[in-house]
Amino acid sequence: MAEDPITGIVCPIRLDYTITPGRAQTRFLRGLENGKLLGQRCPATGKVYMPPRGSSPTHGLPTTEEVEVADRGTVTTFCIVNLQFASTVREIPYVCAQILLDGADIPFFFVVQEVDVNEIRMGMRVEAVWKDPSEWGPTLENILFFKPTGEADAPRESYKEHV
Amino acid sequence: MSELCAVTGVGQTHHDAERSDVSMHGLVREAAVRALADAGLEWKDIDAVVVGKAPDQFEGVMMPELMMADALGAVGKPLLRVHTAGSVGGSTGLVAAKLVQGGVHKRVLVVAWEKQSEADASWVLMMKIPFAAPLVAGAGGYFAPYIRAYMERSGAPKDTGIKVAVKDRLNALKNPYAHLKMPDITEEMVADSLMLWDPIRYLETCPSSDGACALVLTAEDALGSCENPAWVVSTAMRSEPTMFAGRDGVNPQAGIDCAAELYRKGGITDPRRQIDVAEIYVPFSWFEPMWMENLGFAEQGEGWKMTMSGATALDGDMPINASGGVLSTNPIGASGLLRFAEAALQVRGMAGEHQVDGAKLAMGHAYGGGSQYFAMWLVSSDKP
Repeated sequence: MAEDPITGIVCPIRLDYTITPGRAQTRFLRGLENGKLLGQRCPATGKVYMPPRGSSPTHGLPTTEEVEVADRGTVTTFCIVNLQFASTVREIPYVCAQILLDGADIPFFFVVQEVDVNEIRMGMRVEAVWKDPSEWGPTLENILFFKPTGEADAPRESYKEHV
Repeated sequence: MSELCAVTGVGQTHHDAERSDVSMHGLVREAAVRALADAGLEWKDIDAVVVGKAPDQFEGVMMPELMMADALGAVGKPLLRVHTAGSVGGSTGLVAAKLVQGGVHKRVLVVAWEKQSEADASWVLMMKIPFAAPLVAGAGGYFAPYIRAYMERSGAPKDTGIKVAVKDRLNALKNPYAHLKMPDITEEMVADSLMLWDPIRYLETCPSSDGACALVLTAEDALGSCENPAWVVSTAMRSEPTMFAGRDGVNPQAGIDCAAELYRKGGITDPRRQIDVAEIYVPFSWFEPMWMENLGFAEQGEGWKMTMSGATALDGDMPINASGGVLSTNPIGASGLLRFAEAALQVRGMAGEHQVDGAKLAMGHAYGGGSQYFAMWLVSSDKP
């Protein structure tokens, strides 16, 4: 009697690794341990990178000048996620936004909560909600999410080059 | 003076959500056998094999090319893998073309594939990276904000993406190899589909496919019996960092520069008028108007007009993705090479029901990463 062919078997994989963050990210992580967001400035353009990579992606120069940026900023663009992913435990819908922190020249992705998804908009002002300081470690996970500040929206001119 | 290079063989698999009838080896071989048959060649005629696929995590199989040398007919021959994220299919074709143009090899087999059913692409794309802000919404979550920015910047009608989604799925009905077959699709159906990553709806996204694509590239003096080669008249590749201050994620400079080089080398001054048909990498419907602007087919802010006027339809003046495109078939690593292959089929007059009448000059385009890798080629029925 012919047997059914085996068309696939499930083999879970995992990867454990040790990362060497380097000098710039070490500074960034030490800052996070103390509730600070430390960026670095490109000496050629004056642009502040956060998180810093230690060099300017446009000019290849070391970014040695450290700049503390605010834990509040402006939503430059965003999406509303209505899809449940196996690897996340968030309630849907949730907002994922590009946020330009005050003092930084590059936006970064973060989740925005405590906002009605129908209210989220480009230019909205938001601020970080941190974990209790007793739980802080060298990780961006110290920030739980961003939430609206209630300030007036930022003018489009202030962020239009950062989407 | 470089050698001329032509596409003389094209092969692809039937693409589907799960090709559990074949292993990864069987999948690539299916495409390669078809390309060899089209070129009138046998395995022994091939000088070198160039392969490409997306990162290994997409199947959870590390460096599969190491154990596929026999399936690819590469035993005793050079075997080279190319790696440029989602644009890899395109880059793989270009690396192979360079081997012919540079006089290194006479006949090169190009194979690109993905067997997405063997792992979970969304999981792969959302792996936690130490120190980086969490990307918590997969590929759609990454690109949706740029689509929103395009909509805001251009003032495009809200149903532009819906039009693209319907057009490409109707084109796919004319392509026997396409994955999605949705004969009943309507604009209402797309509009009513779940808003996965607002502003991207479910039916405005590409599927996850298992599939492979293969090409045979040959030098001018090795055309053999091929009477309708697709001549490679121009190629270009560009990259840029994913993140830098002032980066325009809607209209990336690397894409602009890549197209400019492609057109300069190909003698193109008015792409919309001179190019007969283009296969452009559109994984989310709104990328059609975005790339129309990035590639110079339309003025800034006006790409949507080409979609809305029907110019990009199969019977329009600038047909885009006559094959159904990435929106209908997306074996990630192969998706770029499929664009290049479909461009070649068009100028060879072999595109069947989705043939654009009289197509002589066609463009293939691929992009990858965070819109940071670009690969493009122009192929022609006329010898350059």
